Amino acid sequence: MRIWSVGRLFSPVVAAIILAIGLLVVPATAQEGTGSNPTAQAVNEQQLLNELNKVQGRVSIPDRNAGTLQQPQGRDYQGFREGALPWIGAIFIIGMLLVLALFYFVRGRIRTQAGESGVRILRFNAMERLAHWTTATAFIILAITGLNFIFGKRLLMPLIGPEAFSTWSIWAKYAHDFVAWAFMLGVIVTLVMWVWDNLPDRYDANWLKVGGGFFDRSNRTHPPAGRFNTGQKLIFWAVVLGGIALSVSGLFLLFPFSFADVNGMQTAQYVHATVGVIMIAVIIAHIYIGTLGMEGAYDAMGSGTVDLNWAKEHHSAWVEKQQAKADGRVPPDNAAEPAE
Amino acid sequence: MARMKFLCDADRCIECNACVTACKNEHDVPWGINRRRVVTINDGKVGERSVSMACMHCTDAPCAAVCPVDCFYTTADAVVLHSKDLCIGCGYCFYACPFGAPQYPRVSNFGSRGKMDKCTFCAAGPEEDSTEAEYAKYGANRLAEGKLPLCAEMCSTKSLLAGDGEIIAAIYKERVMQRGYGSGAWGWQTAYRETVDV
Repeated sequence: MRIWSVGRLFSPVVAAIILAIGLLVVPATAQEGTGSNPTAQAVNEQQLLNELNKVQGRVSIPDRNAGTLQQPQGRDYQGFREGALPWIGAIFIIGMLLVLALFYFVRGRIRTQAGESGVRILRFNAMERLAHWTTATAFIILAITGLNFIFGKRLLMPLIGPEAFSTWSIWAKYAHDFVAWAFMLGVIVTLVMWVWDNLPDRYDANWLKVGGGFFDRSNRTHPPAGRFNTGQKLIFWAVVLGGIALSVSGLFLLFPFSFADVNGMQTAQYVHATVGVIMIAVIIAHIYIGTLGMEGAYDAMGSGTVDLNWAKEHHSAWVEKQQAKADGRVPPDNAAEPAE
Repeated sequence: MARMKFLCDADRCIECNACVTACKNEHDVPWGINRRRVVTINDGKVGERSVSMACMHCTDAPCAAVCPVDCFYTTADAVVLHSKDLCIGCGYCFYACPFGAPQYPRVSNFGSRGKMDKCTFCAAGPEEDSTEAEYAKYGANRLAEGKLPLCAEMCSTKSLLAGDGEIIAAIYKERVMQRGYGSGAWGWQTAYRETVDV
């Protein structure tokens, strides 16, 4: 009972006194703060961002990406992916379609002037056609599934709903990641197979000067060309160089953070997406001229043989060499014909 | 409606990692996934500072913008959430996130990262509130119970503040006035395009 009367009373009294003193003291110091800043020397966010563009530190977990506290470059990536990229893609692709439509309207289908001769010569052997169609099929799958990542949510999702679009996108992603390997192989084989036929030759300057005969509506301009004319060479180098750029940046993306940090991954995407949409535009033009745009062109990659008159009009120097070889004569320019 | 935000008072963070542990425990977060982490800058050197970081629930969230399947949504409280049913695990949100918040259950190559996981501001996901299905996918929904994120609630030094942006900014301002110094609201400029004026 003594505890009740003395002990229990004593401590509240002491506490009240301490609290009263505390309340009197605190406002006095609060006016000017506590005076000393214990973290005055510590790093400052704005300073770190100004000097290093991001804030990096140490974490106690194994995930080394977690050590990046802040990378404002994510906002730049957002700006590229949602601002610039859809425009770049739309302008290149729709622009190319419009140019081709206009070209078709003005020039029409490029006919073989002399008509068909009935004689067919081999232009691309089975190996070449296999390499071409492997690369081509892979590219079309990659192009569609790649465009899905930019335009899918804008064009397809409103039509089929978010659930179906998500399912399709998962498969599109897997297709993109796995078909990529066929494309990479195709680009390498294409390079090795055709590089000698695509080096500059003496016909290129003239071919470019007359615009390949594309703009002669009378269809009488047929500049001489070797196995590949300058336009085809440009397609070849676009595919090889563009394909290598896509492959390298794609490998960065296939193996996330294996070769780059988060900013490197963003750069890989900038390269991959930009080169990708440009390549799609280039290949649309290639498909046009190889099918609808020119009579007889598709056969070269379809059956592998072309009509002699077509070959004479579009690849005169090549035909001469082929015929010389068949007759056992010395080719006109004495150059060694690459193996077919 | 409130505009939910996190604010880490870096002058108070002692790198105890209680926020990290609380988060992991509350949401039963799988091994290898960290919805919240403490980053120490200049560790062991003069000028050392620790900051606790998770999803900042950005204004005009970069993750939501870049998502190719639009699986993100913003709640009435401005909390940025996503649907694991729609997520395809492409990893773009990680490239876009200024704070490294998105996490993936798998790190295997060829694009198979699994469904993204991140801080939900303890508001879980699109499933019906406080159901088993919701908990399994996104963790606890404390906001639906009228509670704030557990990381901030648990913070032993009250360094980490979570709640309505205006209220936590006012608390922080008052603190800075009282003690006379403050290193600012880390990440706010990038996340919300505004800072706390003190």
